[in-house]
Amino acid sequence: MDRRLPAADRAPVSRTSRPGGGLTRRSALGLAAGALAAPALAASPGGADTLRGTGALGVVVERATGSLVIVDQIARAAIGRVTELGDLSHASVVYSPDQRFAYVFGRDGGLSKVDILTGAIAARVIQSGNAIGGAISDDGRLVAVSNYEPGGVRVFDAETLAPVADIPTGSKTIGLVDAPGRRFVFSLWDAGETWIADFASSAPAITRIEGMGKNPYDALITGDGRRYITGLFGEDGLTALDLWESPPAPRRILSGYGRGEEPLPVYKMPHLEGWALAGERFVLPAIGRHEVLWVDARSLEEVGRTATHGQPVFAVARPGGRQVWVNFAHPLNDTVQVIDSASGEVVHTLNPGPAVLHMEFTARGHEVWVSVRDAGRVDVYDTGTFEKRAEIAAESPSGIFFTARAHRMGL
Amino acid sequence: MPDWLARLALALAALPCAAMAGEVSPERAAALERLVVQDCGSCHGLTLKGGLGPDIGSEALAGTEPESLAAIILDGVPGTAMPPWRPLITEEDARWIADYLLRTERP
Repeated sequence: MDRRLPAADRAPVSRTSRPGGGLTRRSALGLAAGALAAPALAASPGGADTLRGTGALGVVVERATGSLVIVDQIARAAIGRVTELGDLSHASVVYSPDQRFAYVFGRDGGLSKVDILTGAIAARVIQSGNAIGGAISDDGRLVAVSNYEPGGVRVFDAETLAPVADIPTGSKTIGLVDAPGRRFVFSLWDAGETWIADFASSAPAITRIEGMGKNPYDALITGDGRRYITGLFGEDGLTALDLWESPPAPRRILSGYGRGEEPLPVYKMPHLEGWALAGERFVLPAIGRHEVLWVDARSLEEVGRTATHGQPVFAVARPGGRQVWVNFAHPLNDTVQVIDSASGEVVHTLNPGPAVLHMEFTARGHEVWVSVRDAGRVDVYDTGTFEKRAEIAAESPSGIFFTARAHRMGL
Repeated sequence: MPDWLARLALALAALPCAAMAGEVSPERAAALERLVVQDCGSCHGLTLKGGLGPDIGSEALAGTEPESLAAIILDGVPGTAMPPWRPLITEEDARWIADYLLRTERP
């Protein structure tokens, strides 16, 4: 294993010796020594006079300190830190189409636009009291945020973060995704509805779909932008929409997957975002159960299930779909399991450490980055050999977001 | 005993336990404070100002009896997303958390 902190000896000499040229020797050593105070990393990762691409960059959310670490997937290292981003518990990130700007959605309603090349906050607004996630439109012009308090969705100009539209729903709003054609789709926890906001013309056209089920807690959109699937907390099943229909009709799927068994207490809601096709089927975390569910991608019928270590939080397919990596809810959250997609069997179990919160694959899936919150670390694993390739220090890391998300629907 | 339950029992046994009824050790208190911030925070927000679950800051809870708060923590609220924590914590733990929530002022 290569314990690869952002060591100064790996940085090109020209960068460490050039005044104002980005990552300095002092700042890199500061992090290596465990000095995790915010100023330890240079704020300007690329340096204004250094040409570089962003395709292998990403950010790691430091949930407790309201900061982001900017990371380089090729160097397997932290290259900068951005602070003053507010309450980043449950924060998520989407990218501009040019992969330069990260839009950060904070729990406190803060929406920040971060330039990952310079480390500067290009724009920031406090758009509500309490937010839960966001999305960017397919043309990269609009950023939408879903809110718990006061509920509803607010939409902003991606360039300036000036307000564009306010869509009150009278309900906590969850499962916000982008859909093809400058549309956003989201669901209402309290009302059990899904709304489609179409921004093809200046005023948004809203389509309301009732009867989605009781307490939808999260949703996903398939990679082709066609199917929107909500998980239900208040019912034993999920609801699917075919966005190619107009208007789409809700269809219950996997009804009664618990088969009347009493569900276990749910200490953390699963996330559905990590959807990806694994062969002809996709995998979903079962809520209140120690298993994942396999669903036929065409018929949307259950075709199997795999018993897991705990209640799954994320079940994420490696790009290409050969494996599914699963992490778990408290108190079994020190473990990650790898399921072989072809056989549906658990083929490997890892114990990265206390509180594994998120996993992010490199764009072609050769490595996966795993945040281990209570160890203050992000671990990088080889997905072929399961060997740990690197560890990167971070303060209470949660979500990891690589720039390749810029070019994927629903992310 | 199913494997997950065995592991859970093991994980809990590793935590420092209360020396006497009604009190928790300083180590246990630190573990419970972490549980409140990180795991209650999953739904109620890191600052406990609310999320999927309601605001559970001291201001919002003012006037609530600690006993009834402890009962909610232990047994959850049926029909909502609030789970019962009884499988993971003791009654003393729940009472400590209730007192902690009621007395801790947050910005």
